[in-house]
Amino acid sequence: MSDTADRVKKIVVEHLGVEADKVTEDASFIDDLGADSLDIVELVMAFEEEFGVEIPDDAAEKIATVSDAIKYIDDNKG
Amino acid sequence: MRRVVITGLGLVTPLGADVETTWANLLAGKSGAGRITRFDTTGQKCLIACEVKPADHPYGFDPNKRVDFKVQRQVDPFIVYGIDAAGQALEDAGLTDMDEALKLRTGCSIGSGIGGLPGIESESIVLHEKGAGRVSPHFVHGRLINLISGQVSIKYGLMGPNHAVVTACSTGAHSIGDAARMIRDDDADIMLAGGSESTINPLGVAGFAQARALNCSYNDRPEQASRPYDKDRDGFVMGEGAGVVVLEEYEHAKARGAKIYAEVVGYGLSGDAYHVTAPHPEGKGAELAVRMALRKAGMGPGDIDYVNAHGTSTMADTIELAAVKRVLGDDLSGASMSSTKSAIGHLLGGAGAVETIFCVLAIRDQIVPPTLNLDTPDEGCEGVDLVPKVAKKRVVRATLNNSFGFGGTNASVIVKAI
Repeated sequence: MSDTADRVKKIVVEHLGVEADKVTEDASFIDDLGADSLDIVELVMAFEEEFGVEIPDDAAEKIATVSDAIKYIDDNKG
Repeated sequence: MRRVVITGLGLVTPLGADVETTWANLLAGKSGAGRITRFDTTGQKCLIACEVKPADHPYGFDPNKRVDFKVQRQVDPFIVYGIDAAGQALEDAGLTDMDEALKLRTGCSIGSGIGGLPGIESESIVLHEKGAGRVSPHFVHGRLINLISGQVSIKYGLMGPNHAVVTACSTGAHSIGDAARMIRDDDADIMLAGGSESTINPLGVAGFAQARALNCSYNDRPEQASRPYDKDRDGFVMGEGAGVVVLEEYEHAKARGAKIYAEVVGYGLSGDAYHVTAPHPEGKGAELAVRMALRKAGMGPGDIDYVNAHGTSTMADTIELAAVKRVLGDDLSGASMSSTKSAIGHLLGGAGAVETIFCVLAIRDQIVPPTLNLDTPDEGCEGVDLVPKVAKKRVVRATLNNSFGFGGTNASVIVKAI
């Protein structure tokens, strides 16, 4: 598992209060992890802080699963 | 007329995370005061408060018991305390498993005096240091006063009136009085009613200290700082926590075999029309509220056995006492009067609800809680039983709670044994 994946999963566990083993890469934030749209806004902010990336709103709207987040961060971090 | 009774109680206070622990500690004469641990008090004039204790304390509060983890992260502590106290009250009333029809007839009126000041403070720092794009998406609904009622209604599916009083330190008493009227007016059969507060944060403590309301001269003796009626009193000690009761229409409570603690029989409200922080020097507004509550209850001076005073440990204590004397008589017609703020501090928007619960427990157990630290009663206290230092067994059939708030807002609630 990549370093990015570990750190993303840690943030998801901390913010959503879910069990770590539920945070699989294909897990959907809304359907599988109980997030609502505001939780996703908050998660995106936490990813931006953690990885020093900018995630614009139109990109954030396309982040639906854990792997979407990991991929976006890996593709865009400096 | 539809009668309103109390069938459930819930408390989170500096003396316990539930009703029985708080009550036992209160009757034992314990103080919830101490040095502030919640934040670094460097530069503050006031260094003490009555904090709700952390989960690892013998009577600490564990938010995980009744409040979802995600909600805890998103909202200010006053909402967490309120949700927990409401849950306790529902459990106590045996109402955790309501059918859909009853949920339509069950509402919430749980308010706060100030609301989410700690979160407003911390997010404004985020805004200034990191910019608008870092402000939490949960900032607004995690701080709003009506979000205890909102969260509780969502958690338990309650679709009756959803309301929240904001009348500073009268909030808890107004919440119960207003909710009782909603039941009387047939808007609901059951109401969760009460108040909550948590403003032991740098901005809250500094603000009240600057308003010259807080005790800043007992920083080295926190347990002696809240001393209502004492000659050496010097301002209130900030407390935090929540009190919520289940109010229920009497026939409804009887029909389901509910445990009935007491009946809400009198409610009085008034305005001082005088000053934003100081009470009317003759206590005219206070007197009006007490008189109205008695009139609504159809009671006379001799019918009240216990007064839980507003008594914040400020100069206003003796003004309130003089007003109560004018209504009940120089000896209060034999009633005892104490201020439990001497033990738990001033819970601001939570105070009136927590104190009404103490009144209910005084009726249940036929004992009245003490006024701590009353070493030398001030002028004007003569002839009145202020229950100094030690709880007192006595007959308690009916009680009066007074709550007065900034802006000159006054509320009095009378409950009586059924």
